[in-house]
Amino acid sequence: MDRTADEGVRAADPAPAGLDTPQTNRISHPVRPGRWLAAGAVALVLVWLGWSVAVNPNLHWDIVVDYQFDRVILDGLWVTIQLTVASMLIGVVLGVVVALMQISDSRILRTGATAYVWFFRGTPLLVQLIFWFNIALIFPEIGLGVPFGGPKLVTWETNALVTGFVAALLGLSINEGAYMSEIVRAGLRAVDPGQQEAAAALGMSRAKIMRRVVLPQAMRIIVPPTGNQFISMLKTTSLVSVIAGADLLTVAQRLYLTNFEVIALLIVASIWYLVLTTVASVGQYFLERRFSRGFGTTVPGTLRERIGRNLRFVGSAR
Amino acid sequence: MVRCRQVRKSFGRLEVLRGIDLVIERGQVVCVVGPSGSGKSTLLRCLNHLEEPQAGRIYVDDELIGYEERGGRLRPLPDARLRRQRESIGMVFQRFHLFPHRTALENVMEGLVAVKGVRAGEARRRAGELLDRVGLADRAHHYPAQLSGGQQQRVAIARSLAMSPKLMLFDEPTSALDPELVGEVLEVMKDLAASGMTMIVVTHEMGFAREVGDHLVFMDDGLILEEGPPREVLAAPAHERTRAFLSKVL
Repeated sequence: MDRTADEGVRAADPAPAGLDTPQTNRISHPVRPGRWLAAGAVALVLVWLGWSVAVNPNLHWDIVVDYQFDRVILDGLWVTIQLTVASMLIGVVLGVVVALMQISDSRILRTGATAYVWFFRGTPLLVQLIFWFNIALIFPEIGLGVPFGGPKLVTWETNALVTGFVAALLGLSINEGAYMSEIVRAGLRAVDPGQQEAAAALGMSRAKIMRRVVLPQAMRIIVPPTGNQFISMLKTTSLVSVIAGADLLTVAQRLYLTNFEVIALLIVASIWYLVLTTVASVGQYFLERRFSRGFGTTVPGTLRERIGRNLRFVGSAR
Repeated sequence: MVRCRQVRKSFGRLEVLRGIDLVIERGQVVCVVGPSGSGKSTLLRCLNHLEEPQAGRIYVDDELIGYEERGGRLRPLPDARLRRQRESIGMVFQRFHLFPHRTALENVMEGLVAVKGVRAGEARRRAGELLDRVGLADRAHHYPAQLSGGQQQRVAIARSLAMSPKLMLFDEPTSALDPELVGEVLEVMKDLAASGMTMIVVTHEMGFAREVGDHLVFMDDGLILEEGPPREVLAAPAHERTRAFLSKVL
């Protein structure tokens, strides 16, 4: 064994005396010129890109600085955060409910859940958002009362009820629920059925088995993709600019439509999106560590790798 | 204490239990042996209604398991009453099934807290005593993944004992263990037997059956082929199939 291991390493200098025990083997890695060359090229491109962005007069960095903490931008930022958090919360709740429906014994519940997922994953989110924004064209009034055309106790004008923000919230959260249900279902399925039997044998009720035994273990599977969904959602909220959702991108657009500083304001928005995803990535890292308790596994990758991975705009254009 | 009358169970077309009659007295240690696929585990799982038998009756302390009889017909027992029956019947699984997200101590506490409604402090104290009883007081704060198979199975036994069961079911408790870890689990089970617990043990450990068992049941193809005092059955099996099986495992 030792011989083959030694042969696999091209030792630069002959092993000095006394280094014959495996623990003291000093391994000198071979020089790889190709890697150095590639690294040099990448570094050069990065520096060049940075330089050309920094000195480019068309980017109006002074305007970027002016608007970065502008009152209007900060309001839009706040709407983006609210939309993300609220849509994710509603989406997760919907996802859990729909996932439980999908694994239920009732065929009607299963069919309903499947139809929901089919419809909301099968149509583009952008189309759904525009639909919600124009919902008054289908249902001009919304009322509480007897269904199937019976008398109504109260009615509201749909246009007053469904503002841009409400339409955005409806569109994002109901769409998210469909995606979350698949994530939750995968998590529930990953839990060993023996766990439910062991809990049942102790005399636990079905609800308690789900809450105390199955869901906490499913969380380990559910949390990482949910974190990705959250980070994705931070960026997806920008879609609501098409229905005047008053989010970060909407207000940036409103500003550049009056002062024509298109690029500068897009940079302002992008900087805020980067800040949000970075902060969320840190949170995700600690959340995953919390939920992998007892599994002897560590969260893959360092915190820095994780941030880098999430900043790639994957899945933001679903 | 346990009475099975003509218990039958099939999965689809496959008949796994084909009419089991069995009587077990309080304090007895009954070992169930037989080739794999003979229905031993299914019988055990019917006893706490993890499987629903399609025919026959099972009584534990004269209480019909899983059903209630009304007007000559059987109806499934309401959930709450089935849970109370299961609470009084402990079960130990081949693959332990400890809750991996909880420490050894929390595993033993779980039933006390979630089912019996015992306050956390009191549950912690009792769980600590039980871990001590299975020799794992020093592993209380380890997660199952940090314990050996033998240690996990001893925690699982403690978890069942926490519910103060009147009957303990063991489904091949040592089959998933490395050979050198089997002894420590059997030792705990021996102590439990000595304390007077009624136990039904599906096992391939003939040494345990001979030494600790009061009664040996040999099952084959969904039926009890023969039963009796372990020493007698093991020394002089009456059936050819029993002889063939024993010659392979002994």
